[in-house]
Amino acid sequence: MAKQQVSFTLNDSPVDVLVEPRELLVHTIREQLSLTGTHIGCETTHCGACTVDLNGRSVKSCTVLTVQADGGEVLTVEGLADGGELHPLQNAFLQEHGLQCGYCTPGMLVRAYRFLQENPDPTEEEVRTGMAGNLCRCTGYQNIVKAVRSAAAALRATEGA
Amino acid sequence: MIPGRFEYHAPASVDEAIALLGQYGDDAKLLAGGHSLLPMMKLRFAEFEHLIDINRIDGLRGIREENGWLHIGAMTTENDLLASALLREKCPLIPQATEWIADPQVRNCGTIGGDVAHGDPGNDHPAVMLALEAEMVLQGPGGERTVPAGDFFLGTFFTEIEEGEILTAIRVPVAPPGSGSAYCKLKRKTGDFATAAAAVYLQMDGDGCRRAGIGLTNVGPTALKAADAEKALAGEKIDERLIEQAAQAAMAICDPAEDLRGDREYKTMMAGEMTRRAIRQALERARG
Repeated sequence: MAKQQVSFTLNDSPVDVLVEPRELLVHTIREQLSLTGTHIGCETTHCGACTVDLNGRSVKSCTVLTVQADGGEVLTVEGLADGGELHPLQNAFLQEHGLQCGYCTPGMLVRAYRFLQENPDPTEEEVRTGMAGNLCRCTGYQNIVKAVRSAAAALRATEGA
Repeated sequence: MIPGRFEYHAPASVDEAIALLGQYGDDAKLLAGGHSLLPMMKLRFAEFEHLIDINRIDGLRGIREENGWLHIGAMTTENDLLASALLREKCPLIPQATEWIADPQVRNCGTIGGDVAHGDPGNDHPAVMLALEAEMVLQGPGGERTVPAGDFFLGTFFTEIEEGEILTAIRVPVAPPGSGSAYCKLKRKTGDFATAAAAVYLQMDGDGCRRAGIGLTNVGPTALKAADAEKALAGEKIDERLIEQAAQAAMAICDPAEDLRGDREYKTMMAGEMTRRAIRQALERARG
């Protein structure tokens, strides 16, 4: 099977890769493009550790073929911080102790980033539903929910400023 | 874990996709949302030489109303179903069930057509299709045909779709005023398939029930149409006694497989309880 040329933007920078059709987006991001922030967890679409943003929607990159991203826009956790400054979500996870081992965190952050654009002022229940595709085995979710709501408030304050 | 090798095709039109299906026959598989197919290919439960990705065919997405029917493109994603104001107003049972499917990321990829065409008894849309008496629009080299949901689900992973055909759309009748619906699903956790679930659609005429549609999820080799349960309610003033009668009739057709979600008796009892709850909720909603 011939390899195919695929082009997309990754965190706003254009990238070109040569892939077998069966190559999964998460593998291209980690192994060809060397951004290892996106984690591989269950590999069966349950855990959400591999969540990235593709064309403005959260997807699990272990279940998307790289060829399907051709012409698209991909955002990973590396694209959240602005230069040396953490994104308000990253800050909130730090302040609210929203992580312990950190394995699920990149997926949590990228999902939360999109979720807060879909719903800038969520209730606790809406956060739990909106983040339901991301599993965490350490925190019991309490502080993750707090962090997402605290980031929501911070983002709203910036918007309003 | 990666799938076995395959050649990838991304047709821009339905005709092109049908031509590719004709060319590669059994060696080809359509790729919709991919969230059942790709995990199965990774685990080597399925292997295909050709994947025909129909995600780039724009004409297969979207929902429109046409002469008392809603026409839902097969590649409309689960999240698009949830976001549709038209659907919420004119066929609320579909979004009511969709809320219970998988999780936000999976709903961004998963499609109503993929859910229905896969033929998995654990998928949630088939029971809804049976309750609504929806129609499946199939397109093949010989043209288009329409199959009622009641004739569509033939067995586990086995539907009325013939080789070379594509499910292009689903047609559901607009719910008339005075109708109510509900989808009640018991599941162990987010993203799990149902232990048992029931889809109920009631068309009321004052206090009387004009028509009842009831479909059951994951308690048989396919989604089940609970015809006797429907009959128990149709033409009657629904009360607790009739609800119990319908639940018993629903349980009588259950033939679930035992697995980690429970044994046959438990799943059957849960299908009965989901049926009771869904009828009560649908009735409440019909009364407004």
